[in-house]
Amino acid sequence: MDTLNQVKQSILTPYGMQEKDIDKIMDSMLSVPVDNADIYFQSSHFESWSLEGGIVKEGSHSIEQGAGVRVVSGDKTGFAYSDRIELSVLLEAANNVKAIARQGQNTQNKLETIPKWNRYYESVNPLKSLADQEKIDLLRKIDIETRKLDSRIEEVMVSLVGVHEKILVANQDGSLVADIRPLTRMSVSVILEENGKREQGSMGGGARTEYSYFLDQDKALEYGKEAVRQAIVNLDAVDAPAGNMTVVLGPGWPGILLHEAIGHGLEGDFNRKGTSAFSNKVGERVASDLCTVVDDGTLEGRRGSLNIDDEGTPTEKTVLIEKGILKGYMQDKLNARLMGVKSTGNGRRESYAHLPMPRMTNTYMLPGSHNPVEIIKSVKKGLYAKNFGGGQVDITSGKFVFSASEAYLIEDGKITCPVKGATLIGNGPEVLTKVSMVGDDLELDAGVGTCGKEGQSVPVGVGQPTIKIDGLTVGGTNV
Amino acid sequence: MTVQNQEEINRLKNLVQDLLDESKKQGSTSAEAGLSVDNGLSVTARLGEVETIEHHCDQGLSITVYIGKKKGSASTNDFSSNSIKETVKAACSIASFSSEDEFAGLPDQERLATEFPDLDRNHPWNLDVDTAIDLTVECEDAARSYHADINNSEGASIDSHQGIRVLGNTLGFLQGYQATRHSMGCSVLGERDGNMQRDYWYSISRKAEKLESAKDIGMMAAERTIKRLGARSLTTRQSPVLYSAEVASGLIGSLIGAISGGSLYRKSSFLLDALDTQILPGFIRIHEQPHLKMALGSSVYDSEGVSTIARDIVSEGVLQGYVLASYSARKLGMQSTGNAGGVHNLTVDSGDNDFAAMLKQLDTGLLVTELMGQGVNRVTGDYSRGASGFWVENGQIQYPVEEITIAGNLKDMYKNIVSVGNDVDYRGNIRTGSILIEQMAIAGE
Ligand SMILES: [Zn+2]
Repeated sequence: MDTLNQVKQSILTPYGMQEKDIDKIMDSMLSVPVDNADIYFQSSHFESWSLEGGIVKEGSHSIEQGAGVRVVSGDKTGFAYSDRIELSVLLEAANNVKAIARQGQNTQNKLETIPKWNRYYESVNPLKSLADQEKIDLLRKIDIETRKLDSRIEEVMVSLVGVHEKILVANQDGSLVADIRPLTRMSVSVILEENGKREQGSMGGGARTEYSYFLDQDKALEYGKEAVRQAIVNLDAVDAPAGNMTVVLGPGWPGILLHEAIGHGLEGDFNRKGTSAFSNKVGERVASDLCTVVDDGTLEGRRGSLNIDDEGTPTEKTVLIEKGILKGYMQDKLNARLMGVKSTGNGRRESYAHLPMPRMTNTYMLPGSHNPVEIIKSVKKGLYAKNFGGGQVDITSGKFVFSASEAYLIEDGKITCPVKGATLIGNGPEVLTKVSMVGDDLELDAGVGTCGKEGQSVPVGVGQPTIKIDGLTVGGTNV
Repeated sequence: MTVQNQEEINRLKNLVQDLLDESKKQGSTSAEAGLSVDNGLSVTARLGEVETIEHHCDQGLSITVYIGKKKGSASTNDFSSNSIKETVKAACSIASFSSEDEFAGLPDQERLATEFPDLDRNHPWNLDVDTAIDLTVECEDAARSYHADINNSEGASIDSHQGIRVLGNTLGFLQGYQATRHSMGCSVLGERDGNMQRDYWYSISRKAEKLESAKDIGMMAAERTIKRLGARSLTTRQSPVLYSAEVASGLIGSLIGAISGGSLYRKSSFLLDALDTQILPGFIRIHEQPHLKMALGSSVYDSEGVSTIARDIVSEGVLQGYVLASYSARKLGMQSTGNAGGVHNLTVDSGDNDFAAMLKQLDTGLLVTELMGQGVNRVTGDYSRGASGFWVENGQIQYPVEEITIAGNLKDMYKNIVSVGNDVDYRGNIRTGSILIEQMAIAGE
């Protein structure tokens, strides 16, 4: 059975809904002049298992489903949703949201046909991909093997999360598209103690696939090893320096720099409204010519990848910055239409109960030509940051932060002692113009990223090669 | 006294009882179930016109079952009887696979709340869409017309929610209540000499009449934006730092995190074994006031049904008690403090200083009004966050600053608090005035 029929059978059929009922709801919404109307059905099964203190303490399971109806007229949106997938309920919702149309100044209703799209992950159900006992055995094995690594380990915490999500999008042009989205994540955290001093380390990963992903090449055990390694490094860390200095960022997860410094600022809604520090800058230089940055929802199995976005538009590899020049923004349908461009397949929403908006998928910088060792060698005095926690950005002022969780001093071209975690702060439109070397070692993150915007969380990915920034403020205590 | 929709509450209580009964039927030895329904309206206006109208309607139920000392949980938003059976089944299946945990289980019977005073939390707002649009437009207009340098807007918004929460367990606890929450906010942009800034203001209350006026909220948002225009960085230095009331609550939040049961029994806290020790200067008292009428954090019982208690957590700077739920309390060999789900109206007693007096006491240093990022290491207390605010000399604000970080270690920062203002921010669950810290590291250009 194809995806569309599979999704229809599991979202519509149990509630006695048929395709003609969708038409009825849509007809009701289209009885007033609108630019865009859609109905978004979603069913999501979620499970999590967690281990601490050597035992699998708890697990949880949740089932959620519902539908959201939306009418867009000009730049105005009416929205309602219900967890009851029933014709009468959704007709009432449709009736409620139509009121927005009398407020809007409808432009024109251009119908687009949806092209065929590729698949970047299989329609599998991760929750069923291992027996429950096998999931528990996996957590226990990681706990036991990780504890063997170092006698200073005080606590090991392991969690396993799986999501099986099905979506169905009905658009005003009569199109009906569906996607089945598996998502898995595992993480390991450890606490080490030495002479009364404690430190933590954590590592995890995930993908849009089955749990077998974590068994492959003992990936899950590697998370444990990496968490312990980070904690050991931090036990010896000295105070971080404070001030503006040359910073070398390692490959992979440090690409959170791109997500915060430029990614959010290049989302279509902020630029349509002119509230971003990058507004009206297409065609201008915003980075050194070593920098080419893309947002790519089409990477095989990645956490941030999607076959289609939540408006039914196929995802793309969108060039944001090419050789330092700003090429374009990430768009959903509403903002694309108002800016006179096409959606880039970045219309995403946390669930049926939230409105879609332009969001990132996997955002990364393409590799350059430098050997990473060469890059470190070129720095007389600076900071090498290898791992990060979260970040944040003020898209209007352009100021962004991201917090290093593993960093070292660079002295005379060599990585020397580890320093304590510190927040790095910079200015989005400026920071990439200071990129003076780009490594040939592009890496994507391990698959644990979650992005929050206006209260909505969605899974994302980041990546980059090793890069050298000729000046960034490091927020240590050593003034 | 407020009117409660007793009929609807009873209907939902029956559903929770069904869940508990079903869990017994399916073999659990004890269980706890919760349910919530929430209805709301959100309206946003931007550039003088309505932008979005959202009708909210959420519901969810969850159950935790114990089979002996083994635990499993499940939740759903489908309230049908078939779904209830399936949800209980999922929870029981998980419990059958999880490990025996001697500390697991329902709260101790004698700690469950038995008296249920009305906390005046339910004040429905009969808000229609047109009125909401008018109010948001008025709010945004007030912001946009405040100053010539205000040139763009993220809009003004109103949210109004009413919900019912029911909690029950197999020890016979079964309670429900209705509560409301209304808020209005505005965010505008300003530009001067190519420098673009944005700031916001909001007001929140259980009762619509208690909200600040649409006009005041808009003007406050605009004033805050205008004050930020022309912000620059600082050179790297050590200096005293004054946390404004709205960011000071985060400092106290980190302290609560460090003395919470989960952090303590996992030994992932920088305040291990701190009970009865001096963690703050002697003039500081921090206490919980769970039973304040109409307050946002008020509750008779915590998320396990345990009675909440008005108590001192810190008195004369000495840590008097931890923040515990039943499980973490048992792990630590202690008693629940009625804090499953968090603290209730945590209050830092304020001194005699208003904001102006706090600035005078700061004398020359940094006033922080916004923090960015999560740079707090909860195991070591190491603290490093992005900041913006104002540089102050001789008690007078000189100019706005941005693109700087402030850093220190929370243990030292707490001990080096110089004073707490009486400019209390009542909008959150942590109520504190501005907090002055003797010295921190500032990194900048
Ligand atoms: Zn983000």
